[in-house]
Amino acid sequence: MNTEKPDGLTPSQTIGPFFAYALTPRAYGGPELASEQVAGEGVAGERIRIEGTVFDGDGVIVGDAMIETWQADAEGRFNAVGNAGFTGFGRAETTAEGAFFIETIRPGALPGPNGSTQAPHLTVSVFARGLLIRLATRIYFDDEPGNAQDPVLALVPAERRSTLIARRGTDGVFRFDIRLQGEGETVFFDV
Amino acid sequence: MSLIYPREGQKAHPLNTSPDYGSTLKRAPSQPLILLPHTLSETTGPVFGHVAVSDIDSDLTRRHAGEPLGERIIVTGRVLDEDGRPVPHALIEIWQANSAGRYVHVRDQHPAPLDPNFTGAGRAVTDAEGRYRFVTIKPGAYPWRNHHNAWRPAHIHFSLFGPSFLSRVITQMYFPGDPLFRFDPIFQSITDERARNRLISRFDIDTTEPEWALAYQFDIVLRGREATPTEEPHEH
Ligand SMILES: [Fe+2]
Repeated sequence: MNTEKPDGLTPSQTIGPFFAYALTPRAYGGPELASEQVAGEGVAGERIRIEGTVFDGDGVIVGDAMIETWQADAEGRFNAVGNAGFTGFGRAETTAEGAFFIETIRPGALPGPNGSTQAPHLTVSVFARGLLIRLATRIYFDDEPGNAQDPVLALVPAERRSTLIARRGTDGVFRFDIRLQGEGETVFFDV
Repeated sequence: MSLIYPREGQKAHPLNTSPDYGSTLKRAPSQPLILLPHTLSETTGPVFGHVAVSDIDSDLTRRHAGEPLGERIIVTGRVLDEDGRPVPHALIEIWQANSAGRYVHVRDQHPAPLDPNFTGAGRAVTDAEGRYRFVTIKPGAYPWRNHHNAWRPAHIHFSLFGPSFLSRVITQMYFPGDPLFRFDPIFQSITDERARNRLISRFDIDTTEPEWALAYQFDIVLRGREATPTEEPHEH
């Protein structure tokens, strides 16, 4: 079998409004590939809960989005052998009120470009009707001193950096809203 | 396997600012995207090779007591990287309308019948040569409210995980010769015609099973290529 160089990438298309019974099928009784629960019992690390709401350019909630998260474990490792119960991958559908949550462990710091250290973060994809290609963003944590040296946050204009930082409430829950457009628009990355 | 992820190929994708598709107007970011260096967070990704996928998961016609109505079809293809090398253990999730153009999703209001023998969701994992195979029924076209007399061409939604976060993609597979292509702002959001046409499956007489089902072939090219591209094609 010869490998011929393909014509190019398969282009993206919108997830559309009707993905739930396949991708987030809990309400339909279908098997879930992944869910809001990223770390099983016994996985080492600080348990955290992240909650947020997705808004459009009019401040209207987005009730048909899918959020996927990808992260390192507490030691800053990806796909570590032997870390049973931890895939690092989370998937959530927004509710009719535009809300989502992820329950996981706090990731560790990890290596960045040119010998730098990246502060703990989750890598996020946002899919929704009206998005022809997923939006990529990151969730950082407001209580991490390493944010000040993070090489990716450093690329973001200072006045927009806060859109990437989840804030811990008095209840211990981290709050991370996603604003697709307009005032307070979340920073999205060209990956 | 170490891959790099050139950015040039990304031009194939549609822009989120595609105003003919009305839902983009309030959802597309207005600020420019910030160029992200590819770090470990992006060059790694979830591994699904272990996900138990059975024959039933990839056969959407055998989930219920009876057979679904509609034209039974086989959809096969290969998942490849930008060098044309197979991507093994890639997870594919699909979903689609039934033959009447109706989704089982609770918010689908199209007044076409549901089929008690068809849900329309499936999964497969590519084999060592990057191959996958689904059996399903041909989905119907369906109306939507984007503009007056708006209809989606028949399509199957495809969601893929390749080797990393960077190769993650969700797309739609279309059928050859659909008269609705030129009127569909979602299909037309891909401005490069060659790229657009890569979403159209190919009728495949060789995979068609006599007396049973027509076949369509749909190869999918994910982001990623070898760090040191070789000059010679690989012999397998
Ligand atoms: Fe659809």
